[in-house]
Amino acid sequence: MGTHHPHSFDERFEFAGKAKTFSLVAIVIGVLGIVYGFAIDTHGHHAVRTFSNLLLMSYYFVGVCVAGVFFLAYQYMAQAGWSVGLLRIPQAFARVLGVGVVLLLIVVGAGLFLTHKESHEGHEVMAPYLYSHWATDGLTTEGSPIYDAIIAGKSAFLNKPFFYGSLAVMLLLYTWFGKLLVDYSNSEDSLGGMLNYNKSFKMSAIFLVIFGFTFPIYSFGTIMSLEAHWFSTMFGWYNLAAAHVTGLAAIALTLSILKENGYFSWVNENHMHDLGKLIFGFSIFWTYVWFAQFFLTWYANMPEESVYFYKRWEPEYKWWFWLNIVLNFCAPLFLLMKNDNKRSFTRMKIVAIVIIIGHWLDYYLMIMPGTMEQHREFGLTEVTTFVGFVGLFSFVMLSALSKFESLVPKKHPFLEESLHHHI
Amino acid sequence: MSSTKFILGCFEDPDLMMDGITKLQKNSIPIYDVYTPMPIHGIEAKLGVKESRLGYAAFCFGCLGATVVFSIVYYTLVHDWPMNIGGKPHFAMPDFVPFTFEWTILFTAFGMVATFFAATHLFPGRAPRVMDLRATDDRFVIAVDAKGNIPHDDITRLLEEAGAVEVKHNKRKYVSYDE
Repeated sequence: MGTHHPHSFDERFEFAGKAKTFSLVAIVIGVLGIVYGFAIDTHGHHAVRTFSNLLLMSYYFVGVCVAGVFFLAYQYMAQAGWSVGLLRIPQAFARVLGVGVVLLLIVVGAGLFLTHKESHEGHEVMAPYLYSHWATDGLTTEGSPIYDAIIAGKSAFLNKPFFYGSLAVMLLLYTWFGKLLVDYSNSEDSLGGMLNYNKSFKMSAIFLVIFGFTFPIYSFGTIMSLEAHWFSTMFGWYNLAAAHVTGLAAIALTLSILKENGYFSWVNENHMHDLGKLIFGFSIFWTYVWFAQFFLTWYANMPEESVYFYKRWEPEYKWWFWLNIVLNFCAPLFLLMKNDNKRSFTRMKIVAIVIIIGHWLDYYLMIMPGTMEQHREFGLTEVTTFVGFVGLFSFVMLSALSKFESLVPKKHPFLEESLHHHI
Repeated sequence: MSSTKFILGCFEDPDLMMDGITKLQKNSIPIYDVYTPMPIHGIEAKLGVKESRLGYAAFCFGCLGATVVFSIVYYTLVHDWPMNIGGKPHFAMPDFVPFTFEWTILFTAFGMVATFFAATHLFPGRAPRVMDLRATDDRFVIAVDAKGNIPHDDITRLLEEAGAVEVKHNKRKYVSYDE
């Protein structure tokens, strides 16, 4: 089979120069920020504040990487051809999922098991830095002065061993599936044939079933349980939408920056158009779930549910609450509505950055009212932690990308389709 | 003076038809239109077909739908006959979102179908006008306006060279299904 195209598939990504320097500088800024947050910050709740930011960013990190695995899996399941040329980017995300998982497990573990003195309804208690709403000793012990019947009722799920154990199992499973899909693709590069494709197809199907059922549980545990009295059955899908759309934005951003630097000559505006449609569609899906959660709570108006939004309508949060919708719904809706805009690498890059910042705010509004409550802050700790994690993600992801023998799965059965993709 | 109105080059193979388009364009013969039984990638760019404006129509219909339903519900539930529903304010904005959204979709969908029918002259009960019946089945047809494009024999020869299985010199622009 003779194929004629001007692309060099043996081209490798070289991680050096400005990209390396900038990401290392960002990591240093992040580390200094965390040191500042724990040791120097004079804010009354500086430790909880730093823990909240670490939780936010490691959850964000895992979300982006797991969205890479999710993207790979549904591309295989749909037998999609268009995306083959850019699959190495989500594969690099899948490769570094492990780093995010380790970070998240450390942050959640420390937040759960390290305690500090806190006043709880007039009683001095030793509360953990995170998850104090359910993980404080005595909340579920009958006869204890701070006994809480609602929390005790949830203790089958919200108890430390099960919570931490199930979190670790789910995250390791996602990482393992991500590694499998990357390994199959590498083996396909050297062997060719349909064997690895068929294996990827099968494992993608199994992954999607497991992922679909466990991701809501993962977000119920990691984020929703920060406000353990409250619950929403839509929270899992809401978080999946957020993770997915940030993953897509990270793919688009990485792709357009690499393209600017002369890589990925086989990817053109037609591929970007498809990524743009996914980002556009899933931004609207995110809004749909966000609104549905808000709408049902508002309509039913039951105090135990409304309290969640009541808190977010206090003056400290209200402005951010609306900004969330502007950044994550209005911006992609209007900036990507036109065909030509989705086909423009510059426009897609701008929208990807807006969405990445927007969903930081989205997670901020999920976490801070539960941990920092009325003492929330926006300042040095928030910005430096964000910068640090962005640097870390860029550093490990680009290193992983540079380890691939080629920037394209060159023996993927649908590669030709991707090269000739035209819409 | 010839009474031929349109010259149709009928091809069996889409690649040969694309060749035919290239040949005609090289000889500066304007192509009236091309009819194919299935979409051909890249043909719009080759023929220089203007980008569809259906998207703009869709946007306008969507805005119309949103405005219409918002006005109706605002008039009935807020202005004309306010009711106390679950203690909510009369002008309860979140309530307005789902149906405004639905009517936007409804008007966009119906509006796009109507626009498409209007642009292609397809209406219920009207026999569609086609230049060659087999263009909806198994023939790829290039139509050249005969008026002003002479000599006709040269066009015929070019189309045949490109691989046309049949070249028709039609005296009428359209044939209809009900003829």
